[in-house]
Amino acid sequence: MVKRKGILYSHAFYTLLSILFGFIVGAVLLAAAGINPALAYGKLVSGVFGKYKYIVYAFVYASPLIFTGLSVAFSFRTGIFNIGAEGQYVVGSLAALAVGVLFELPPVLHVILCFAAAMAAGALWGSIVALMKTRKGINEVLSYIMFNWIAFYLSNYVINLTVIHKVGGGEASRDINPSASIIFPEAVRDIFGGNKNANLGFFLAVLVAVIVWVIINKTTLGYKLRAVGFNNHAAQYGGINSDRAVTTAMAISGALAGLGGAVQLMGMGNRISQFSAQEGFGFQGITVALIAGSSPIGCIFSGLFYGAMKYGGTKLSMVDAPQEVVDIIMGTIILFIAVSHVLRRVITAKVEKGGRKA
Amino acid sequence: MERVSHMDPSQVVIAMVDIVKKFGDFVANDHINLTVHKGEVHAILGENGAGKSTLMNVLYGLYRPTSGHIEVKGKEETIGGPGHAIALGIGMVHQHFMLVQPFTVTENIVLGMEPVKGIMLNIREAREKVVELSNRYHMHVDPDAKIEDISVGMQQRVEILKVLYRGADILILDEPTASLTPQEISELMEIIGHLTADGKSVILITHKLKEIKACADNCTIIRQGKYIGTVKVADVSEDQLASMMVGRDVTFKVSKKEMTPGKVVLDVKNIRARDYRGVEVLKGLNISVREGEIVGLAGVDGNGQMELVEIITGLRKAESGEITINGKSVFNAVPRVCFDSGISSIPADRQKHGLVMDFSVEDNLILQNFEKEPFAKGAFLQRDRIRAQATELIDKFDIRPAGSEARPVMQLSGGNQQKVIIAREITNDKDLLIAVNPTRGLDVGAIEFVHKYLVEQRNKNKAVLLVSFELDEIMSLSDRIEVIFDGSISGSVRGEDANENELGLMMAGGAVHG
Repeated sequence: MVKRKGILYSHAFYTLLSILFGFIVGAVLLAAAGINPALAYGKLVSGVFGKYKYIVYAFVYASPLIFTGLSVAFSFRTGIFNIGAEGQYVVGSLAALAVGVLFELPPVLHVILCFAAAMAAGALWGSIVALMKTRKGINEVLSYIMFNWIAFYLSNYVINLTVIHKVGGGEASRDINPSASIIFPEAVRDIFGGNKNANLGFFLAVLVAVIVWVIINKTTLGYKLRAVGFNNHAAQYGGINSDRAVTTAMAISGALAGLGGAVQLMGMGNRISQFSAQEGFGFQGITVALIAGSSPIGCIFSGLFYGAMKYGGTKLSMVDAPQEVVDIIMGTIILFIAVSHVLRRVITAKVEKGGRKA
Repeated sequence: MERVSHMDPSQVVIAMVDIVKKFGDFVANDHINLTVHKGEVHAILGENGAGKSTLMNVLYGLYRPTSGHIEVKGKEETIGGPGHAIALGIGMVHQHFMLVQPFTVTENIVLGMEPVKGIMLNIREAREKVVELSNRYHMHVDPDAKIEDISVGMQQRVEILKVLYRGADILILDEPTASLTPQEISELMEIIGHLTADGKSVILITHKLKEIKACADNCTIIRQGKYIGTVKVADVSEDQLASMMVGRDVTFKVSKKEMTPGKVVLDVKNIRARDYRGVEVLKGLNISVREGEIVGLAGVDGNGQMELVEIITGLRKAESGEITINGKSVFNAVPRVCFDSGISSIPADRQKHGLVMDFSVEDNLILQNFEKEPFAKGAFLQRDRIRAQATELIDKFDIRPAGSEARPVMQLSGGNQQKVIIAREITNDKDLLIAVNPTRGLDVGAIEFVHKYLVEQRNKNKAVLLVSFELDEIMSLSDRIEVIFDGSISGSVRGEDANENELGLMMAGGAVHG
């Protein structure tokens, strides 16, 4: 009915508002803990924007999060909640590690093979859950969470295998062969402020985000998956095999998270350490997807935001502020984004009620 | 049934004066007047999208009028919201019920105004109040049943009781009969009688002329947001009401040319099926539909007709039997195969099966064909072709508002949603068209339109199976009428030989003859 869509209707406005609230709540908690919020936030900002190199680090930190964000966003668009991105991320990085350590191949080919292995592993992890859902009716949220833990212990098992484990002790795997690394050569790194981890990841993330957007919006596959996600009954009535569609969606979602694991390994870590707790890339992907409103392109920006916060957070100890403040802020933002849907309805309803006065 | 009016013309309870409601440049209500008296049943008649709901939302405080004013019981009021409306004694029963499914009838009725003992819910007192209310107005409900277990008719009674419990004496009923069976409709009419006898006023939003004639004192007609007039129902005929609403003469008679039915298209033999509880719902049912004929399947809801349609269209599995389309078996085939073999259908539940409500109109129009040329090329959707088809169908089938190609279908009115489905299924142009309650919730203009297309399919030598609870619809359209009772066909008559009494008897499982 309302033709002109003002700022009060835009998703971005409420997202920014939520981010602002997140920082306010963070500030209150910091102050309560006896830390000057201005000092902490100042460090957060200067820690990210202080040097060109730092900004590049924010992009490096963002890359895996964009992938897990895309994974979750894709699942949301098809009516599934992929809370298993964490596990798919882990098996993805594990598969990339195996290919990266065990094979000796020409550089470009090696990288491609690692990516393929990671996507296959993530897709497999998602598909098992999908089969349990479609064949046996087992709720996917439950199995996703269990598969996160299976991936966790699988990783700790695999890195302790003799062929994978680091020679000469240490609680980690061997490093992947340099041919499997996606870190830029030194000449290119110089363009990025000499950041020693400047890598292909972010560019790949942008490319994949665009591909995901195209799949969702422009292809028959996307139509099918969205139809099932919005209304399973109508999709079936329309002749869509919804079980197959759900399985496809969960496999693609898993592949995206797996790719995130590979990017982190091949661009940042080079090896996998023994886990003592879940690393949280997959769960952070949920945050990224929620902030992005499940838009694949939005995931690039919300991933960057989270990446910058995470990287800036590592500097907080310099001002004696706990790094966990970042988690609190992100959590608060999600809370406010959830509330903002209600808020938006209230505000826009007020506007409409006022009729022309608005 | 003889109708007794309880209207007291000396007491005006609602006066809406010169109401204008604009949304941006769009005028939804253009200087509308409405006066309701104590004990009156006042119908508001208008096509889908005429502005009836907007007017009621203004009265219920959901919208504030752009200009004009409202008097409640002689006092001018600015109704700030539903809470305020309820405090003024105005209650609304929405078309789509707003009940908490796993809660009991009692819990739903008292929800938000629960009698309490300390901090505890006093469920016994609540139950007593509910029983008292339901006895007072002769509305039978089971206070302890859960909503998910009771019939649509009883759910509606719960909604009405909910409003009465909150002390309403002016009840707005929005399309109350849209989802009711004929029996439930006549029960509702009686309930309305009990309410007005007790001094309540009822505002009835509807486009069913028969019901207006049966139970309303006065009727206000709205067309395209404009106030057309208020008439005494006793003074006008159904035809007059219809033409006031639509703005032109409407024919209820469907003109059908003589056709000789051709070869058998759909042949269903000896179908047996059980529902999810294991109860046998189809007990060896046989039915066939030939080219160039409309077969009407009449019956009271719950006698197996819905299951039969779901089995034919592939949404449900049967235990045994045979189903063929043009001689080819589609028994227990998946929906895709059924569709490709020549079955299209207008499903009973348009929001559940017929449409993806979040999808745009144009995307809903390709629901079965999104992978086929010209709408897809390889893996990619051809947006321009999809848009072009939508533009054409919106125009051809008069889907309103015009230019809704990319608009989510949930923003359309119910009648226009149904038109989207009809446009799609007629365009699919399969050998068999199954239409299940195709005019449910539609106004007379739209009903005329749907009937025209069903007959047109028949005249194009297609087979049409019409499943409907509206006996009038079955009788006016069908070449042959089959009556379903308790999971099998209890009788069959030629369309022109049918009379209501005979059909009614067969629907109740009475006489069986050929």
